[in-house]
Amino acid sequence: MELYSLTIHELQDLLKKGEVSAREIAESVFARVDAVEEKVHSYIRLMKDEALAQAAQADADIKKGEIKPLTGIPVALKDIVCTKGVPTTCGSRILHNFVPPYNATVVEKLSAAGAVFVGKANMDEFAMGSSTETSYFGPTRNPWDLERIPGGSSGGSASAVAADECIASIGSDTGGSIRQPAALCGVVGMKPTYGRVSRFGLIAFASSLDQIGPFTKDVEDCAIMMNALAGYDPKESTSVQADVPDYRQFLGRDIKGWKIGIPKEYFVEGIDPEVAAAVEKAMSVVKACGGEAIDISLPHTQYCLAVYYIIAPAEASSNLARYDGVKYGYRAQGVRDLAEMYKKTRQEGFGAEVKRRIMIGTYALSAGYYDAYYGKASQVRALIRRDFDEAFKRCDVILTPTTPTPAFKLGEKTDDPLQMYLSDIFTISTNLAGIPGMSVPCGFSKAGLPLGVQFLANHFEEGKLLQIASVYEKAAAIEKRRPAL
Amino acid sequence: MDFETVIGLEVHAQLTTETKIFCTCSTTFGGAPNSHACPVCLGMPGVLPVLNKKVVEYAMKMALATNCTINPQNVFARKNYFYPDLPKGYQISQYAYPIAEHGYIWIEAGDEKKKIGITRIHMEEDAGKLIHDENNPSSYVDLNRTGVPLIEIVSEPDIRSPEEAAEYLKRLHEILVYLEICDGNMEEGSFRCDANVSIRPRGRKEFGTRTELKNMNSFRNVQRALEYEVKRQQYRVENGETIVQETRLWDDAQGVTNPMRSKEEAHDYRYFPDPDLVPVVIDADWVARIQSEMPELPLNMRERFVAEYGIPAYDAGVLTSDKALALYYEEVVRRCGQPKIASNWVMGDVLKYLNEDKRSIRECPISPVALSDMIALIEKGTISGKMAKELVEDMYKTGKPPQEIISEKGMVQITDEGQLAQTITAIIEANPAQVAQYRAGKDKIFGFFVGQVMKATGGKANPQLVNDLLKKALAG
Repeated sequence: MELYSLTIHELQDLLKKGEVSAREIAESVFARVDAVEEKVHSYIRLMKDEALAQAAQADADIKKGEIKPLTGIPVALKDIVCTKGVPTTCGSRILHNFVPPYNATVVEKLSAAGAVFVGKANMDEFAMGSSTETSYFGPTRNPWDLERIPGGSSGGSASAVAADECIASIGSDTGGSIRQPAALCGVVGMKPTYGRVSRFGLIAFASSLDQIGPFTKDVEDCAIMMNALAGYDPKESTSVQADVPDYRQFLGRDIKGWKIGIPKEYFVEGIDPEVAAAVEKAMSVVKACGGEAIDISLPHTQYCLAVYYIIAPAEASSNLARYDGVKYGYRAQGVRDLAEMYKKTRQEGFGAEVKRRIMIGTYALSAGYYDAYYGKASQVRALIRRDFDEAFKRCDVILTPTTPTPAFKLGEKTDDPLQMYLSDIFTISTNLAGIPGMSVPCGFSKAGLPLGVQFLANHFEEGKLLQIASVYEKAAAIEKRRPAL
Repeated sequence: MDFETVIGLEVHAQLTTETKIFCTCSTTFGGAPNSHACPVCLGMPGVLPVLNKKVVEYAMKMALATNCTINPQNVFARKNYFYPDLPKGYQISQYAYPIAEHGYIWIEAGDEKKKIGITRIHMEEDAGKLIHDENNPSSYVDLNRTGVPLIEIVSEPDIRSPEEAAEYLKRLHEILVYLEICDGNMEEGSFRCDANVSIRPRGRKEFGTRTELKNMNSFRNVQRALEYEVKRQQYRVENGETIVQETRLWDDAQGVTNPMRSKEEAHDYRYFPDPDLVPVVIDADWVARIQSEMPELPLNMRERFVAEYGIPAYDAGVLTSDKALALYYEEVVRRCGQPKIASNWVMGDVLKYLNEDKRSIRECPISPVALSDMIALIEKGTISGKMAKELVEDMYKTGKPPQEIISEKGMVQITDEGQLAQTITAIIEANPAQVAQYRAGKDKIFGFFVGQVMKATGGKANPQLVNDLLKKALAG
């Protein structure tokens, strides 16, 4: 077994026993990257020099008997989190040369936990997309089928874990950007509660929806990553001051008697039959573990996509106003005046999908349209949140498919934004409600594409998600396949 | 036609918190360009604002001082527009839910007191500055000022003349300075004013079309700009032309207002609640705590000075026009116990010298202790009022206490009756004609004898004693 194919907890055991060094782990991962990166393109930038230095530090720490939860573990960072002194592009031309003078809080936290950073993972430009095809740096491919997309927007973070180009990674999830690619790449992905993980240094897409979370090879690793990531940050006003439990304590705990909510609105026509069958099967595994399925209703589900595609672009139109060519990033040349500098910089610096959303958002906030669009969407958002409040009075967790279909082909939906938006249909409500959600592998399609089941819980109940996911993972015993790269 | 002027003012006051509103950078004015700046106020990708609570407290003080209702929940909103001095492409301000509303202040309008309504007060961040290079077709951006806290105070359209506008601004300025939340420096831009002005035929209820005036950096310029604009509007209306709703800039050198290019003002700010900040919740306890920390306000102080010290309203007005001056005066009174005399000296000689040198009371070389000591010396008869005039000048020039100057210059009053009687006898003998006139009933000539005595004693004779002795001697 190659070191790169192991999990965090397996590698930590080996490190503790002194059977491997952090340097060997890092070298193994970079050898894997050398072998497969050309096919997959998970990364915008590799950080090999930094990683080897961090690995050397990890080995020195281990020698002194200091071993932290992520000591020596190679982790990939979505290129949306700022890394001090390392270019951070957000998948956009407009930030192609931006070097932050600060670290995102999560980067600081992962560093403090001993992590080794492999590189900056590819993503849809400004996290706007569901396929990682809108990246200025070219698309990422699904390790399970290189003709297919890895999902998005955190496609590079998902594919890097699936292709063993890192041991774990972090992504960001605004409407499903962690859970959807996790499902399509066959890895574990969690979007924590809004406010649980600091957004400081996360380049904003839609501030009221964005949340950072981990991609891992199994549920135990997800708990380890959450231990490192979660917690209050005084640098963020929307960060929540709530105790963070040791997430590992939930692993494997009994779920007997738990009520599992099955929202009827999520099991409708249009779901790929293989996805439906796999989720059905997952439900029966959960039942066999002592869970009791109950029918619930989330009556405002049909409005989620519309609400999301008003609120997210509205916030984005404002968040992306700072990319004007004045202070950093791309600036158009050969312009005559300020207005032309603005126009050309943004015209040339942003891709089509980003421009589309800026225009939708600007329109939705315009005088005369605000009440009908943003105002109304905010009201409906409150109703969506209430749907979940009501649902969680009756059940412990909610179980749904993560995506309506397995991974689709590159180019299949790029000309049809609406079809692309529909691939997030089961994940968007979570962000609107601010609750945590998690995608766990639940099998493969006949064509060998991974499928995912999604668990949702009430605010700050990530522990419950890890509990049911770990129980499910063990009982389902999904066949351990590796992508044939 | 008889027109009525309608004016509403928007004042931006920079708050004197040590750090900026959403980051920990210094708010100090000046400094090398971009030296008071960090990733947060530079609007770099991924950074987030964290509210400086002091800003809320300063705004609450202004709200209480202007009789506003403080909203228990208020919300920050983004005002979106592009300009190079605005690094995020939006200004964090307040829109639908400002911190305070529905207040008023009193102003003097002629001989009457008039209430001017305050529509709202809201908190926001200041923008940076552009520096244009005349020798080079490029501009530079200095973001030191970006994120300095501001409150915007919006008045109701209750103001009816340019003079009232200037009076309102002075009162508002005074309150801000008394509260010690704004340094009030108009030249450095810590107190800025925009004016909305319209005219209507007297008696009509509907407002006329208004123009907005900008770029006035003194009370005087606000008044001048409004006077010009009112005349301009009247001229247009009288000549059958319409008023265009527009923003106009005051040109100080030409003394006129000119329209701003309409391209620059055609904004749809697309306000929406800032998702990076949570609503500010202000409970009754917090309001009570701020209330308990409120200093005495100028209007109260003015009324108290009249009631407590028995000085004229005019004196009270002058003395409280500057908080430091009022505190100086009170300290002098506390020590010497002579409110009217203290007021005369402070308003007369002390302010005269300070004004001549363009100094503020904070830079006054005469301490309240020295001035009250001097007043006590007059009271005791050690020096005369006339000597005191000279003494104060010396005290101002040298900064020395009065006793020191008196002993240096031998400025002690002559109160020895025997010595004075001798002098008086000599003067009477030397001026028989005048004595005869006085005795014939020409009382006015008495002053001549006083003058002679003072001349002979170098002004050191106790005037009261001179009067008494002279009367006795002249009576024969």
